[in-house]
Amino acid sequence: MTGAPDVAIRARGLVKRFGDMTAVAGIDLEVARGSVTAVLGPNGAGKTTMVRMLTTLSDPDEGTVSVVGFDVATDANEVRRRIGYAAQDATVDELLTGRENLVMLGELHHLGRRRAKERATVLLEQFSLTEAGDRVAGKYSGGMRRRLDLAATLVATPEVLFLDEPTTGLDPRARNELWEVLDTLVASGATILLTTQYLEEAERLADDILVVDHGRVIAQGSARELKRRIGGEQIRVIVRDRARLDEAVRLVSAAAGAEALVDPDGDAIVVATDGGAAAMAAVGGALADAGVEVDELALRPPTLDEVFLELTGHSAADAAARADAGPGRGPGRGPGEAAA
Amino acid sequence: MSPRRYVGDAWVIARRSLKHIRRQPEMLTDATIQPIMFVLLFAYVFGGAISVPGGGSYREFLLGGIFAQTIVFGCFGIAVGLTADRSTGAIDRFRTLPISRSAVLGGRAIAAVLIGFVPVALMSITGLVVGWRIHSGVLDALGGYALMLGFQFAMIWVGILMGCLLDSPQAVQGVAFTGLFPVTFLASTFVPVNTLPGVLRTFAEWNPVTSLSGALRHQFGNPDVVAGSSDAWSLQHPAVYTLLWAVAIVAITAPLAVRAFGRVAGD
Ligand SMILES: Nc1ncnc2c1ncn2[C@@H]1O[C@H](COP(=O)(O)OP(=O)(O)O)[C@@H](O)[C@H]1O
Ligand SMILES: [Mg+2]
Repeated sequence: MTGAPDVAIRARGLVKRFGDMTAVAGIDLEVARGSVTAVLGPNGAGKTTMVRMLTTLSDPDEGTVSVVGFDVATDANEVRRRIGYAAQDATVDELLTGRENLVMLGELHHLGRRRAKERATVLLEQFSLTEAGDRVAGKYSGGMRRRLDLAATLVATPEVLFLDEPTTGLDPRARNELWEVLDTLVASGATILLTTQYLEEAERLADDILVVDHGRVIAQGSARELKRRIGGEQIRVIVRDRARLDEAVRLVSAAAGAEALVDPDGDAIVVATDGGAAAMAAVGGALADAGVEVDELALRPPTLDEVFLELTGHSAADAAARADAGPGRGPGRGPGEAAA
Repeated sequence: MSPRRYVGDAWVIARRSLKHIRRQPEMLTDATIQPIMFVLLFAYVFGGAISVPGGGSYREFLLGGIFAQTIVFGCFGIAVGLTADRSTGAIDRFRTLPISRSAVLGGRAIAAVLIGFVPVALMSITGLVVGWRIHSGVLDALGGYALMLGFQFAMIWVGILMGCLLDSPQAVQGVAFTGLFPVTFLASTFVPVNTLPGVLRTFAEWNPVTSLSGALRHQFGNPDVVAGSSDAWSLQHPAVYTLLWAVAIVAITAPLAVRAFGRVAGD
């Protein structure tokens, strides 16, 4: 046993290289028992590579990992007995029914056939799949597959859960449903490490957020701390008459008390604020007083892209594009997963 | 890991493969309908034009070859299954479970043996329908089926190797048609080897598909070309020669397959 019992995951100096490219470049990580940690980063940041090392699927080139006190290098089987892992691409067996998927995994966790069946029934119920339970998983919707995948990770009541981009590729409704399921897991006190490209997701689910880029942790803290670092929310304004854009920028800057900019697409004026709705109202009032017609006026949280721009000086989309251009990409990790 | 637990795990994986076949029987029907077509085609269409040296029924001659070809093609099912397991992430999921890595291979192999015997059984029935008969004793006949099982076991390792080296079912199919298909034809599968010219004849004489076909004909008491028509050692001792091949195939492909699987299941 290594590490204090209240530390569920501890990684020190993790490094993983693929040929010349360093996918994970020295990550330290500590996840307390019963806490939820989100690893936030764009496509290609090294999230999957890192999770694979934490879950015994891949050997680190450097560094050490212990999960609930067991070293992944020397006690892989002990670790496997205690973790659940949902890969980025939901790995349900499409030719088996939902129930058969869960029973099989229960048997492979050596629960015995009867207990495996009981467990499958409970999990199907918990994930609202009872009705679909005896249908072949290949016929499930994206959201159902994710839920089944999540249920599959819980078969052996693991002590630590690893979820690699649990909601990527889901439509907003399915994402919301999955979040609700995750909320109950979080509330039940599970220890979870999840990766995501969505700040909103990290904020909703996690106590602690690690922002990663190019295989390094570039920022860490709670959602509130991170947002404070990058200037909180933004007010976004679209004016009807483009001829008055410059005038509007001046008005918005004055009202918000910060420099407003025209976004790269050239239609919206954006300005950072920590004044919330009151600041937005002030901006709206100033524009109305000047007779500038407004098509859109909104307050929104910073996107991952903006977090990145602030933290690294380059955008998340750039980082993902560079990663896409990189060699030797694994299957099923095509484009179309760029940051929100 | 105790042997009992290992076998239990492998059996769970094997049951999964059997369910796959039930849900997606195309693989099995391909493996079955094609040889049945060959039986009918050669028995009724080409058969009349082919004569078996030393006399005897062509249909009885044919079945040994059809069995051999079916057994050789038995490697494709497991190869396709493994490529699918790799691309869907199933292998990764198994690897996060507290089971031995090789239980996954063991389970697939058990299923492949069980599934592989379905076409053999159907081929036997088809043979009986078109006029094939077993003229030997029960023991000899059982020996014939045992020989098939042995060679099938060897071919399963070839299948595992292909499934680890090739990336898609299409690639497996490609190798099947450009590689194994010709090999099963340059043999006594459908025609006696002495009808083949020069180099092809020599190739066919030493081709294990020929010796397997010949050994099966011998075990079942069916006509073959061995007597007098060729003095190749392989044709004089077809069963021994076939078993030597099976051993050699396992000795070469099993370590390679295990290593290749370790790599695809590794990082
Ligand atoms: N098996 C591999 N071989 C070569 N390069 C890889 C492999 N897996 C990942 N990479 C590369 O490592 C980097 C990090 O990838 P990944 O961990 O999948 O990022 P993320 O999960 O954050 O999108 C990417 O540039 C990717 O192309
Ligand atoms: Mg990933």
